[in-house]
Amino acid sequence: MSIHVEFVSPERIIFTAEAKEIIVRTSDGEIGFMPGHVPFVGVLQVAEARIYDIDGSTLHSFAVHRGFVEIANDHCTILSDVAEAAADIDPARAELAQRRAEEALAADNDDADAANALRRAQVRLDVSKKASA
Amino acid sequence: MELIAATRVAKAQTRANEARPYAARITSVIEDLAKGGASATHPLLEAPETIGKVAYVVIAGDRGLAGPYNSTVIRAAERELMARTAEGIDYSLILIGKKARDYFAFRNYTVDAFYEGITDTPHYDSAREVAEYISEQFIDGDIDQVILIFTEFVSIGTQKLAVRQFLPLESVETIAEVGGGGELTAEFEFEPSADGVLESLLPRYVESRLFSALLDSSASEHANRQRAMKAATDNAEELITKLGRQLSSARQASITTEIMEIVGGAEALGGGDDDKIDKVAQLLQQN
Repeated sequence: MSIHVEFVSPERIIFTAEAKEIIVRTSDGEIGFMPGHVPFVGVLQVAEARIYDIDGSTLHSFAVHRGFVEIANDHCTILSDVAEAAADIDPARAELAQRRAEEALAADNDDADAANALRRAQVRLDVSKKASA
Repeated sequence: MELIAATRVAKAQTRANEARPYAARITSVIEDLAKGGASATHPLLEAPETIGKVAYVVIAGDRGLAGPYNSTVIRAAERELMARTAEGIDYSLILIGKKARDYFAFRNYTVDAFYEGITDTPHYDSAREVAEYISEQFIDGDIDQVILIFTEFVSIGTQKLAVRQFLPLESVETIAEVGGGGELTAEFEFEPSADGVLESLLPRYVESRLFSALLDSSASEHANRQRAMKAATDNAEELITKLGRQLSSARQASITTEIMEIVGGAEALGGGDDDKIDKVAQLLQQN
């Protein structure tokens, strides 16, 4: 039993795999999918998406910035216009973005754009740190 | 240029194909939502009762030398616009591509928005920027309908002009039907809720539709350019052959005249037949 998972961005299919478990964060919190999950559609938050390979040996981690997850009949599709694999993330750039966002927030606490940017940068850093660890 | 265009077509085609899964999946999620009974009320779905202003989104190229590619789209847009204006409906022009802007600006139309540099290799970010602008205008009620005019890429040999209603969107049910329905699965769970998902999904759907129109147009532009350049090369080659023949015959004519003159000259000098031949040979050598 496995879930066929596809990571689809508007420009191409980023990643496909047979997975044992998929964990994403939707608006109501983190949710994990195992084979046989009921059909589900959710809106993704800016967060990390984790995919465990069928043999459990490899963990694929992605920084997902917004999108949707759809699962039906052990077929999972993650639609996202920004999804970055851990290897594609430049930690230095993410750190820079984080600092910039923090400064913007310090200047104006209600700056929603900066808050979002900060969240994105943190997720990127998390994902890339896990990959290198 | 023909070869450059040829590689570009191939690339643009690949990009268009790679983008297809996303569009298909987003439609399938809308199907799920239709089955899950999402209420079909969203500003992007609502058709105003009376149409006072129509926006035309024209996707043309930044560069020329692409055969009839630009003019077909631009003329269709102008025709559409004139027909509606005659009915007393106001227009708003949203132009993509320098050629479209040049045409309409020269004819003193009001251009409300203009984007350039995105049609060569369209990126999703540009599609989002344009889609956001359009949706905003539509939701604010500044425009009541949006017509998209672009070129559909059928195959390398066929590209079709397409004039489609872009906004308001068809109802969720219609979108789902076009997607093919599919077998009925068990009831879906939605997070946060069917309506909540729909609300964040529809803007993405709009973006993805615009993006695929951009990709289609881009592939069509390159295909048209390749054809135009092939025709140009063929014509030039034909011209070279024709002019070459003309040159040869002119050269031949002049040589013939020259020989005639020499022979005539030798004749005039008189002498025996053998003598004559020698003289002609001598004169020919001198020449």
